[in-house]
Amino acid sequence: MDLFEYQGKQLLGARGIPVPEGEAASTPEEARAAAERIGGRVVVKAQVQIGGRGKAGGIKLAESPEEAQARASDILGMDIRGHVVRRLWIEEASAIAREYYASITFDRAAKRPLAMLSAVGGMDIEEVARTQPDALARRHIDPLIGFQAHDARWLAYRAGIDPEGVGGVVAILGKLYDAFVGLDAMLVEINPLVLTEDGRVVALDAKVTIDNNAVGRHPELEELGDIAPEDPQEAMARERGVTYVKLDGDVGILGNGAGLVMSTLDVVANAGGRPANFLDAGGGSKADEVVTALEVLLSDPKVKVLLINIFGGITRCDEVAEGLLTALDRLGADLPIVVRLDGTNEDEGRAILAERAPDNVVVEATMLSAAARAVELAGVAA
Amino acid sequence: MSILVDAGTKLVVQGITGREGGFHATRNKAYGTRVVAGVTPGKSGQEVEGIPVFDTVDDAVSETGANTAMVFVPPRFAADAILEGLDSDVQLVVCITEGIPAHDMLRVYAQLKRGDTTLVGPNCPGVISPGAATVGIMPTQVFEAGRVGVVSRSGTLTYQISKELGLLGIGQSTVVGIGGDPVVGSGFIDILERFEADPGTDLVVMVGEIGGTEEEKAADYIASTMSTPVVAYVAGFQAPPGKQMGHAGAIITGSTGTAQAKKEALEARGVGVGSSPTEVAELAKERLGSPS
Repeated sequence: MDLFEYQGKQLLGARGIPVPEGEAASTPEEARAAAERIGGRVVVKAQVQIGGRGKAGGIKLAESPEEAQARASDILGMDIRGHVVRRLWIEEASAIAREYYASITFDRAAKRPLAMLSAVGGMDIEEVARTQPDALARRHIDPLIGFQAHDARWLAYRAGIDPEGVGGVVAILGKLYDAFVGLDAMLVEINPLVLTEDGRVVALDAKVTIDNNAVGRHPELEELGDIAPEDPQEAMARERGVTYVKLDGDVGILGNGAGLVMSTLDVVANAGGRPANFLDAGGGSKADEVVTALEVLLSDPKVKVLLINIFGGITRCDEVAEGLLTALDRLGADLPIVVRLDGTNEDEGRAILAERAPDNVVVEATMLSAAARAVELAGVAA
Repeated sequence: MSILVDAGTKLVVQGITGREGGFHATRNKAYGTRVVAGVTPGKSGQEVEGIPVFDTVDDAVSETGANTAMVFVPPRFAADAILEGLDSDVQLVVCITEGIPAHDMLRVYAQLKRGDTTLVGPNCPGVISPGAATVGIMPTQVFEAGRVGVVSRSGTLTYQISKELGLLGIGQSTVVGIGGDPVVGSGFIDILERFEADPGTDLVVMVGEIGGTEEEKAADYIASTMSTPVVAYVAGFQAPPGKQMGHAGAIITGSTGTAQAKKEALEARGVGVGSSPTEVAELAKERLGSPS
């Protein structure tokens, strides 16, 4: 789960990392009021979960509350590479002397946390890693020992942090690691971490990604509000506890098990089709789950054809077939539905569909033939 | 022959009095696995379908001689259950539980590397050596005994590929689901090493997916170390960057973890990659038919 900058800053601020004073705003009027309370020059920042906001015009300086209101009015509603700006973060402007980069990431290759620090901040860190690898200090941390002060000093000196910034950076790195562990984060990143003209080290941005498996043990995240995905189908799927991902084609895909579903997307693409979305009903799908899954998938207007690809393991194909009939009965869908049932009780499942399914349900014997048929029907419906 | 589980496996099921734990313990036993004990704290003295229940894994091991543990404990308590298994005298822990927080697994993994117990999973379907023993939740009727090993990050996709192999008359020595999480106890290389050393395995089918770099590392290992041929399948060519595709580990971050990069790494090292479950089974048949 990715957090917005303002949410990440609040969480890091609460853990003792210096952040500029700021407030969230959803309207130009709120932005003006926030700027008045903060006083002086402020920065108006679009809250979207995508990089390159500054270049896209989503970050503006304002000298007065009136100007903050005007800039807020410009930025709200702006489309930044597919992300519409619905919220702003208004914060006091900082007098920047130097820009650094700091992060703790979950390094799955090494299976350890990885702390990174650079004196070259404020730009794309993958670019820095590629063009100036020596400018990025990297250090793995033993999760059973934790982050030690010497780890922070090693990083600060290796990265070439300015002498007047070392103390602040070392203190922040320790707190950043505590936040990484304490929040069950997969990533905590500050870019830029700045040294101000008056010698303070302050986090001017915050990117925090929380492990979805751990969200349940962090009630403090719910208090942040506005963490639900914007897409209505994704919100519906999340509410019902199924995995749903939206894509941009016209073939809706329902399968059971993450690997099989990804494989289904691929064979549909190989057959010349374009997946609209996919829903993983889980390895042990029963009839009720099929009903839920279809409700989510069919609520997406882009779906012209639905491909259902089930391998019955613990799941029984006859239960899936019954679930499909129940769902169609309840939802009354009339778009073409191609079904492939394989595995446990496949014959019973196919017999149920042959006898009782409406005419828009087509049964195919293999994954490849089902994909080809779905793509063909999508072409007809287009 | 086989790897990890066989007729000598003596299984203790952690979380046996739960609904899923009891259901699958009973199924594993019905298949022929020697399920000798269960563990649920506070429930010693009870039985589940004739399987005695103990308070601790230590008690279960000392009373029954269990050498393998299977974890069916809910996510919040699963890391503790794995650590309990690692701390006992079992040689293998198989963790089925899905949804364990990644930071819990970082600590478990660091501890795992300090000892010599093997961990398979979490978030995996388990291990089956067809005809001998199954530990986990795999639908046993899909598999047939034979001489091809299968190692996979996915569940249902593994069943699909094993069935396709069976349709071509190819049985399996052992099928291992290593799990779909970012941190799992055994990676591809750990399992490939065992297949390489197993005289009962003539070829290995490796089933990968997007996310991480395990497939790329396995490609290097296969080229540098293995004499047993390997064919592969990779799922997720259509997955967009930044979206988690069902498995916690199946996500493309930045420029790493794409299916295309994995396919290229494997093919560059002489590992054939099928474009569908059907095609990878056909590739396996070809390789078996033309010993190099």
